[in-house]
Amino acid sequence: MKQEIALNINGDTYELLVSPNQTLLEVLRDNLGLMGTKRGCDLGACGACTVLLKGEAYLSCLMLAMDAVDKEIVTIEGLGGRGNLDPLQSAFVEQGALQCGFCTPGMILTAKAMLSEEDHPTEDIIKKRMAGNLCRCTGYKKVIEALQSVSEQTAEEE
Amino acid sequence: MERELTVVGNRMPMLDAAAKAKGTAQFIDDLVLPGMLHGKILRSPLPHAKILHIDTSKAEKLSGVKGVMTGTDIPDRKYGIVPKAKDEYALAKTKVRYIGDEVAAVCAVDPEIAEEALELIKVDYEELPAVFDPMEAIKEGAPLVHADVQKNISASIRKEFGDVEKAFGESDFIFEDTFYSQAVNHAPLEPHGALAQYDPKGELTIWSSTQIPFFLRRNLSTTLLVPESKLRVIKPKVGGGFGQKVDMFAKDFCACWFAMNIGRPVKFIYDREEVFIGTRQRHPVYLSVKTGLNKEGNILAQQFKAYADGGAYNSTAPVMITLMGFFLMIPYKVPNLLHEGYHVYTNKPVGGAMRGHGIPQARFAVERQLDMIAERMDLDPGEIRIRNSIHAGEPHPAKFVINTCGFVDTVKKAAEGIGWAQKRGKLPFGRGVGMAGGSFPSGVSNMSHISSGAVVQLGREGAVNVLTGAADIGQGAETVIGQIVAEELGVLLEDVRVTAADTGITPLDPGTFGSGVTVRAGNAARLAAISVKNKLFEIVSEKLEASVDDLVAEKRKIYVKGSPDKGMTLSDALKAYQYGDHPMPIVGRGSWMAPTTEPTTLLKENGNFAPNYSFMTQAAEVEVDPQTGRVKLLKMAAAHDCGKMINPLLVEGQLEGSVVGGMGQALYEDVIVEKGQVMNPSFLDYGFPTAMEMPEIEAIEVETIDPLGPFGAKEAGEGTQVSPAPAIVNAIYDAIGIDFMEMPVTPEKILKALEEKKK
Ligand code: FES
Ligand code: FES
Repeated sequence: MKQEIALNINGDTYELLVSPNQTLLEVLRDNLGLMGTKRGCDLGACGACTVLLKGEAYLSCLMLAMDAVDKEIVTIEGLGGRGNLDPLQSAFVEQGALQCGFCTPGMILTAKAMLSEEDHPTEDIIKKRMAGNLCRCTGYKKVIEALQSVSEQTAEEE
Repeated sequence: MERELTVVGNRMPMLDAAAKAKGTAQFIDDLVLPGMLHGKILRSPLPHAKILHIDTSKAEKLSGVKGVMTGTDIPDRKYGIVPKAKDEYALAKTKVRYIGDEVAAVCAVDPEIAEEALELIKVDYEELPAVFDPMEAIKEGAPLVHADVQKNISASIRKEFGDVEKAFGESDFIFEDTFYSQAVNHAPLEPHGALAQYDPKGELTIWSSTQIPFFLRRNLSTTLLVPESKLRVIKPKVGGGFGQKVDMFAKDFCACWFAMNIGRPVKFIYDREEVFIGTRQRHPVYLSVKTGLNKEGNILAQQFKAYADGGAYNSTAPVMITLMGFFLMIPYKVPNLLHEGYHVYTNKPVGGAMRGHGIPQARFAVERQLDMIAERMDLDPGEIRIRNSIHAGEPHPAKFVINTCGFVDTVKKAAEGIGWAQKRGKLPFGRGVGMAGGSFPSGVSNMSHISSGAVVQLGREGAVNVLTGAADIGQGAETVIGQIVAEELGVLLEDVRVTAADTGITPLDPGTFGSGVTVRAGNAARLAAISVKNKLFEIVSEKLEASVDDLVAEKRKIYVKGSPDKGMTLSDALKAYQYGDHPMPIVGRGSWMAPTTEPTTLLKENGNFAPNYSFMTQAAEVEVDPQTGRVKLLKMAAAHDCGKMINPLLVEGQLEGSVVGGMGQALYEDVIVEKGQVMNPSFLDYGFPTAMEMPEIEAIEVETIDPLGPFGAKEAGEGTQVSPAPAIVNAIYDAIGIDFMEMPVTPEKILKALEEKKK
């Protein structure tokens, strides 16, 4: 039986009819056309589908849409202002931290959550926190460098 | 060069980087068309069986199902990326040959219904005896995977350069060793997909996650029996390929077939398990190398034998076993070489092109053996590599034309980067350093259908539009081409828009394989830009009263060489052009193939094979934990001669990705197959490197300016992948004194070997 739910995504409220076994990833992509959230494995093993729920990183392929009710959801489309890039996105772009870009939205959102929780993450912490986000192109080096530069930047601003 | 380069050579983000970071870049699964249906494929659960009967009636009756197809519905046309090695049907006709072979396809209004319908298809099989190892498969009496291929050897090569027997006779030392390189999955983060649309006029459009739009068009045309003129292949953003997206797959064919027969758009997206079992993988290869040397450590002869486990179909088979042998002739001088290669069918997942395409397997064997030889002859591994290096301008035993070669420098610099002099043989037990060399062709120069075209248009406002067939799969091909054009026209990169890889719009290009894109498509784009520039310069030269040859275009200005104030802005030049009553836009075209005086396939006679060759050495430092057997790659110093770097940021990215990929192959990755069943078809079980395993990487550039590359460039994407794995395994030897002859070097293997060593 489908059920009516309301999801708050990137500041907008969407009223939806979903079936109980529908994942948040399916709803985002298939019902709402928010295609920035990627499906790399659908099994919780790659991180490409990462979204933020109340600021924390979650794998949307493992989460039922129903369970995301009442939690502010942020997808990659919700970062940065209109047409602008968030500092994290800019760092990825300018420092070559992406190649094919398929892992990138998930990477950026995981990093976003980490940087909001960790003040000055060491390289080890960054590596650990990013380990659930697979990338087959970059070898991770530039990803980690980009994160370090953003965390230093925010530290300076504080 | 009459002036400094202003765009080429700069670290620049990819043209589409912001869209990718924003999540707006569109990959195949992001495309949705009105009325679109969803397709799924039924795959064989058996490694080898006859198809007796398929009953699709129940599936057809399921509400929401719009079409079901099987092998009997499709034309009797086999396909394959290599014309003479076609052996595959989009859907099996009479027989399945591996677990995962495609048997039927359905399309329905949503993916769940399509999935459900698959379960309603009933297939009666008669199971046949199967064979899972190439060394078994070549024996008399082994089951035949394809009835018409004796001993399951579907492609073979025996090629001799020089006189190997004589050279072995003259050798002071002869060593013979055997190696094994395992199956590795490309595992691009984006699963494969296709979306096809048919228009009642009879035109078919397909968006596909492909590296080779024009070859895909050809393969679809010959199998669907639709003329190429009615087929348009469009490549959206592709989320990595590494060679896995070089073939046509059932999803491409079936999407087109359903679209044509139902009249609605149809999309297929493979799931992760299908990517692991049903696409392609790096060929597992058994290798033996026999090397003869003189007392000084110069290689006199090499005999190489390779048995590649091809799985159930050919894919690139003949090309793979050929390249594997030919590129033993670089970076070392091998005056006499005998290469025997066999591609053997088994009832297993299919081998295909993967970053390096046969060469990493060969390099693993040769680079490992070189270290073993150095040890036996008491030579330094760096020294034996330098001593045997080929050099630019020297006669080459196979007549390759090597215009630039930084190999010796790469050995020295990689050694320096890793601290070789202080570390090799001097670190405490459990720590060690090792190196490996490599070289790679920038595309091939032996076939004229391997050529690229480009069109460049310069519009009224100075905006530049480039049409190229080059297929960017995430490596940044479009950006590199944009930079080349911007440099040549003297505009900024932001003035350039690149439209790429759409067979309905862009000129011919073979696609992304063989590392030819930068040199081939880059040169085509450069020629097109030069043609535009020449037209504009003719007008400007009149205005400035200077000869065309003296003009320079740079940063939206055109001026007389040596006197930057004698000039005009591009915008004024374009006005002058229009007031002179010349038609707009200014259009230039270019087509390029590698020039070669003695074009050859090398099979019959010697000659040059590629426009240029990249060179590299990687030096690794590892730590082996004798308690757990775990190996940690601490650092990789990677020295690389890829000619002039068009974009160092992207070159580094290629290098870093290759190091981590090579580390995966050396230490972790292995497609484990038991009785034809892939046991680890998921990211979790397969376990390619995560950020946790990332080593320190030092990229060291050894720049040469190659005369044939655009602005001196050579390939940078694949060569980097050939030497990291052997460098790591060589470092393990230095750390614990054990020679590993096969990959991956897992903790279990290390513990077992340490145990045996104790005895
Ligand atoms: S798609 Fe969710 S983790 Fe891979
Ligand atoms: S950039 Fe391609 S997977 Fe990360």
